[in-house]
Amino acid sequence: MKRTLAQWFQERYPVESVVEYSQKKEVPLVHGTIWYYFGGVTLFLFIVQVITGILLLFYYRTGAEQAYESVKFLMTQVHFGWLIRSIHSWSANLMVLSAFIHMFSVFFTRAYRKPRELTWVTGMVLFLLAMAFGFSGYLLPWNELAYFATKVGTDIVGVIPGIGDFMLTLLRGGEDVTGATLSRFFGFHIALFPGIFTVILAIHLLFVQVQGMSKPENAPEANLKTMPFFPNFVLRDLLLWLIVLNILAILAVYFPWELGSKADPFVSAPAGIRPEWYFMFMFQTLKFIPGHVLGIEGEILGILGFGIAGLLWILVPFFDRSTERGRRSKILTYVGIIVVLFIIMMTIIGYILS
Amino acid sequence: MASESNGPNRRTVLNWILGGGLVAWIGMIFFPVLKYLRPPEVPEAVVSAVKAATIDELPPDSGKIFKFGNKPGILIHTPDDQWRAFSAICTHLGCIVQYREDLDQIWCACHNAHYGLQGQVISGPPPRALEEFVVNIKGKDVYVSKKA
Repeated sequence: MKRTLAQWFQERYPVESVVEYSQKKEVPLVHGTIWYYFGGVTLFLFIVQVITGILLLFYYRTGAEQAYESVKFLMTQVHFGWLIRSIHSWSANLMVLSAFIHMFSVFFTRAYRKPRELTWVTGMVLFLLAMAFGFSGYLLPWNELAYFATKVGTDIVGVIPGIGDFMLTLLRGGEDVTGATLSRFFGFHIALFPGIFTVILAIHLLFVQVQGMSKPENAPEANLKTMPFFPNFVLRDLLLWLIVLNILAILAVYFPWELGSKADPFVSAPAGIRPEWYFMFMFQTLKFIPGHVLGIEGEILGILGFGIAGLLWILVPFFDRSTERGRRSKILTYVGIIVVLFIIMMTIIGYILS
Repeated sequence: MASESNGPNRRTVLNWILGGGLVAWIGMIFFPVLKYLRPPEVPEAVVSAVKAATIDELPPDSGKIFKFGNKPGILIHTPDDQWRAFSAICTHLGCIVQYREDLDQIWCACHNAHYGLQGQVISGPPPRALEEFVVNIKGKDVYVSKKA
């Protein structure tokens, strides 16, 4: 039965060559192989997001009158509703965290260098999309914290010179954050972003499969230890996924996500309004920039700064030419360390001050 | 040592432990999900009698759909000035029936079922008559209740 089925496919599609390819594919065994797993962990958490997201859709209703109530119903009445929602929230946060680790490990090992420039670029697009996922999903329960976080977040978009006003209206579906914003964010979160994300993720994974995993730039070709991708690496990957799933379950059970109180546009913002932790460093930096710097509005300066820095970060494979020649650029290592320290510092300061 | 041929050897025991663990683990994942998929029961108020209409609303030879709890009912003022009420759910496949003045019959548009003014099946696919309710008129209000 199994054989005939396999044969049926083999006669039509090159199944065996795929299996053969994955068996021949080798993963370098070097000091720091641990970093090779974080892309896979991010992928696993994304799969968890898709599954729990679909489950949440079975009970979630959008609209300013219903959203909060439906999430409340889900949390209090539906069997294991609290669990599914907590896993979705925790998995979202861990996914961003694991994407951060994946990104910085690729940066510091210079794995983005030729021929993997586009793997880096697609990865960065996925990273930005993950943040957009987080930002749009945060509003969906329509609670107070999310309402004001969205107000502030979209306000920041509004100060971008030229296109700010247009973007603000596009995002909010009007001048203010209302039920119209909620509908749009819902559309972004469950249709637009997943669609784009899936396509780019497929390209990203295809690149990785075609080129194989990056080896350290100065590793000797001849006696580099490797392990087969299948089954050795895949099994290790699965084991780690199992561990991550258990961590998720523990977090969701012992630290279930709260719902807070319902958003009310006519109530003053409560103290301690803050964005999700992965936006905190930008949020905090914007607070530190003075109102006017050399005649430019502080906020605009901050946003332009982050925009340019982000763009340079995405384009780093194209101007790092020294790694290709077998020498790691010290400057880029310092830049990376400064970026990591800056993000960590600003995040901590943001939490202490708020 | 005859452990290879009779009695469980180390490998079978390990396979059972691993397999059992896997089954338990899968069950642990699917139990919450399956429970989650079953919506919790939302208690509904049990309705025994409702005000379906006022006398002025329905002249003779007319009918209307009213809410009987969360189910539709049909109230009919017959041409010979009687008041009748039935469940409006067609016994065939659950469509909502309507009163046809031109035929003096209850009719279901989905599969062309005809019921008489006693709720009995005249023609078409329904397997049984419509459930009849009791009609009481108090002043100008028409009350419908379930048969005891």
